[in-house]
Amino acid sequence: MAETGSVTAPAPAGMSRFPANRVLALRICIIVAILAVWEATAASGLLYRDVVPSLGKIADALAALLSTPSYYWHLGVTAGEIGISLLIGGAAGLAVGILFGSHRLLGRAFEPYLYYLGPTPKIIFFPIMIMWFGVGPGSKIAMGVISCFFPVALSAAAGMREIDRVLIRVGRSFRASTWQMVMKIYLPAMRQPIVNGLRLGLGVAIIGTLLAETKLSNRGIGYLIIQAYSLFDMPKMYAMLIVLFVLSIGANALVGRIGRFDAAHRN
Amino acid sequence: MSAVSARRGISEGTLAFFLGFGALVIFLLAVEGLIRAGLINRHIVPMPSQVFGAFERVVLEEDVAGRFRLTFIEALASGAMIAVVGIGSGMLLYRFELWRRATETWIAALASAPTVLMYPLFLVIFGRNAWTIIMMGFAAGVPAVTLKTIEGLVGTRRVFINVGRAFNLTPAQQFTKILLPAALPSIFVGLRLGLIFMLINIVGVEFLINFGGLGQLINDLAERYDLPGTYATIFFVVLVSVCFFVLTERVERWLRPGA
Repeated sequence: MAETGSVTAPAPAGMSRFPANRVLALRICIIVAILAVWEATAASGLLYRDVVPSLGKIADALAALLSTPSYYWHLGVTAGEIGISLLIGGAAGLAVGILFGSHRLLGRAFEPYLYYLGPTPKIIFFPIMIMWFGVGPGSKIAMGVISCFFPVALSAAAGMREIDRVLIRVGRSFRASTWQMVMKIYLPAMRQPIVNGLRLGLGVAIIGTLLAETKLSNRGIGYLIIQAYSLFDMPKMYAMLIVLFVLSIGANALVGRIGRFDAAHRN
Repeated sequence: MSAVSARRGISEGTLAFFLGFGALVIFLLAVEGLIRAGLINRHIVPMPSQVFGAFERVVLEEDVAGRFRLTFIEALASGAMIAVVGIGSGMLLYRFELWRRATETWIAALASAPTVLMYPLFLVIFGRNAWTIIMMGFAAGVPAVTLKTIEGLVGTRRVFINVGRAFNLTPAQQFTKILLPAALPSIFVGLRLGLIFMLINIVGVEFLINFGGLGQLINDLAERYDLPGTYATIFFVVLVSVCFFVLTERVERWLRPGA
């Protein structure tokens, strides 16, 4: 899950060469074309049976999935694991980021390790997490924590260095304690980098937790996906991927919107 | 601190390096001591000395070079596809504005979607072979490259384009002399992001489906309960991703010397 933040800004009203209804019409055409190609492929038998199930079958599986109470239980397990990992990883990342961002030498000494470990595929640590925290939810939460920690820490450290020095001097001149400096100066001044870090962190925490569930678990959405694969229940697998993608993209957009709302509110 | 070090003729960078590296060594020594004292269970955390001892065994007996080669080839194939398709689609979407406006938010949504979770689907479509891994890497990396290519081309300053027009440049010249050089920084950011996502997916899927190079080796060693070997291989994968990260930076500097 990536947050590239690179959708080009829409042209101001009246500047675009294309009216909104033409864009909407094209979008509908693209969707219809994709669905038609999908249905034709499903009906053609070109691919191995059920690899591309018909849209009707996927819709049926989606309806069945959403009306199954146990699905929501599994969803709750995964959401809980992700929530806890975001809480722990986010708080740890924030603390480390503030520490490294506020102490130049510490930052130069230890931040390179964060940069190097950041892009490492975290799933390779899963065997260690199983040894440390067992095969239950603990190891999945731990996977979420180590996934989430790095983007939050790096973002917070960068944000910390961008804080206006005047604000820090004002805090110190008022003899603010470390806690007061963090709560009254640092955190309010670096809200945007923190939101960006949390947004990235949420994305990778979802991936880390769900991948761990697909590898070794008896509960959660990842477990259900791999179970559907094992039983070759392709419509159910597609249905679960659709729901999962919608939820992940929605959660990501929600965190981004909170950040934008916060920025607009401040301005 | 920096004033003291400067007075003694030690640069802050050197001091920071020794502080970081020294802390790492002290941490490893502390772990070794705690395990030897029985305060950490040695069946859960192997001693760092055992892990260092396992390096030679892992390299010689587990064919790390061969596995590295396989992961590298998968990454190369996936990276080439990401570069061609990502930059190509970005250019096409820049050229056709209506298509860009219709699809850009979808591509952004795809970039933020956990595509790696589609690996069971890819397994069904491509089978349990290198193609699944290559395509998973491709799917993870291409949206970032497309988006950043569009961003770079759209962000070209109007004055550059007008200068090109004033010199009566052909559309091809306008593209190669004005748009592409102006968009290169953004394209490189996209490529680096895309390649990092790709590498994460490739090693991750190797581990998950127990097939391929370094990812599979970790899974194998963990299933054999070879803890020192598992830790040593994890260290090796971290080293590979560090090298990859540094290499992409070097390539960018080489291609954009002024940057």
